[in-house]
Amino acid sequence: MNRVGIIGIGHGVFGRRSDATVQELAFEAFRAAMQDAGIDRDALDASVIGSVPEYHKQRSLAGVVQEYLGLVPRPTWLTEVACASGSAAIRTGWMGIKSGLHDVVAVIGCQKMTELSTPEILALMGRVGEVQWESGFGTTFPAYYALFARRHMHEFGTSRENLLQVAVKNHHYGAKNPMALFRKEITLEKALASEEVATPFQVYDCCANADGAACVILASEEKATELSDKPVWLDGMGCASASMSVLRRPSLTGLPSAQQASSMAYEMAGVTADDIKVADVHDCFTVAEIMAYEDLGFCPKGESGRFIEEKQSYIGGKVAVNVDGGLKAKGHPIGATGVSMTVEIAKQLRGEAGERQVPDADVGLTHNVGGIGQYCFVQVLKKD
Amino acid sequence: MFKWFGKVNFTPFTKVTDFARHLKDGYFMGSRCKECGTTSFPPRADCEECMSPDFEFVEVTGKATLNTYTKIVAAPTGFDEVAPYIVGVVDLEEGGRALAWFGETIAEDEIEIGMELQIVPQIFDEIEDIKVYYSLEKPGTTWSKVEGGGAA
Ligand SMILES: [Zn+2]
Repeated sequence: MNRVGIIGIGHGVFGRRSDATVQELAFEAFRAAMQDAGIDRDALDASVIGSVPEYHKQRSLAGVVQEYLGLVPRPTWLTEVACASGSAAIRTGWMGIKSGLHDVVAVIGCQKMTELSTPEILALMGRVGEVQWESGFGTTFPAYYALFARRHMHEFGTSRENLLQVAVKNHHYGAKNPMALFRKEITLEKALASEEVATPFQVYDCCANADGAACVILASEEKATELSDKPVWLDGMGCASASMSVLRRPSLTGLPSAQQASSMAYEMAGVTADDIKVADVHDCFTVAEIMAYEDLGFCPKGESGRFIEEKQSYIGGKVAVNVDGGLKAKGHPIGATGVSMTVEIAKQLRGEAGERQVPDADVGLTHNVGGIGQYCFVQVLKKD
Repeated sequence: MFKWFGKVNFTPFTKVTDFARHLKDGYFMGSRCKECGTTSFPPRADCEECMSPDFEFVEVTGKATLNTYTKIVAAPTGFDEVAPYIVGVVDLEEGGRALAWFGETIAEDEIEIGMELQIVPQIFDEIEDIKVYYSLEKPGTTWSKVEGGGAA
């Protein structure tokens, strides 16, 4: 067998980081991961950077990060698939090791989103959809997920409260995560009183932009065993795409890319949805987590409203979901998010998650979605 | 001419550029592959099925059923003065989907998933340049060039 192990994890504080450049944010996470792995830079063969270029003034980001981290002249490259860029970076690092080309690879997800002015953000916001047939009608990112939400509510009776129960849960756990942007609980009443964004969504249905970075050090099975006494194994790597346009999706109540990517990851890892004890899923909007419960097989199609109502995704329920606060409370520095998820699940499997530790966590999952499901990456991680 | 399509247009150059001219003349068009006959809305120049580059425009009835909708309150650049606006995704009778604004024939409280709708070509008459789009209206609503104003 030829597994790929995670031997080091590092995570910076997410938030409005007006104290740092993107490469300085990357360094925080990289240093933490290298210290965690207990190795120095001589051990690294290559690096992969996950980030979304249009938010940065610096063009061709991999170069400046590579230089600042002191990793020149090793190979490096950037991966970009919108909000799933971090998981794409992990996937290509994993592929590099699996192919035998590299033994140890540093994967850094990093993003600075607050460099742009409000007009620049508003202009970018108008081009998130398919620009030829959809953006001319003023569509926005929350609007697309709102379209999914309205259809899910119509077909399955998912309630307005069910959507916001996801936000309440994620803020509950985010309050316990020192790396999170929002570290306070919210109530359903407060969420229901927040401003409208795109109906049925209000402010509390939406995650917030943030700056931040996260890093994992990946190694071949041989190197991981030699260098680490607590490697976590990346045994299932699923990835799939779906149409750019919502007009060409088979259904508007789930993400086909997530369904396919999770099937692949479960099969590769030799597990089923029932084996997953802890998961980080892509809750960019409340309905995204609702759909993820179904797309990942945590509950049957149409029953996710009841699933959250019954607190099945809390610690102590069927599967603990986003007990780091999720994108909702942790913040969503888009290029860093996928790597942050992997860091969190590795921490859980190592039993180091403190007061948000899921008991007996031996198999975990990450679900990182790009755009409105055009890309989905699912990882299954194992302790043994 | 595709630059005519949409309040804000990001893709002025395309092989299906005549779509916007047809829309200005009051015709809502999809595409049909001349090789295998596969039809598509939105129209596309290259056949999804057989990969042929030969296509023609065919009129679509615009009869549609509402699949889902949202009222956009927080609007992007170029849309702030029309916000809030309601966007619907409809399933077309002939297959395919379209995304469009609700027009003046339907009140907000009448909107319901599953309702029958008619897609109607429209011209922005408050904008000096030619700007065309299509909207979701009550079945039976027809396009009226006169109301479109001076976009000749
Ligand atoms: Zn054809």
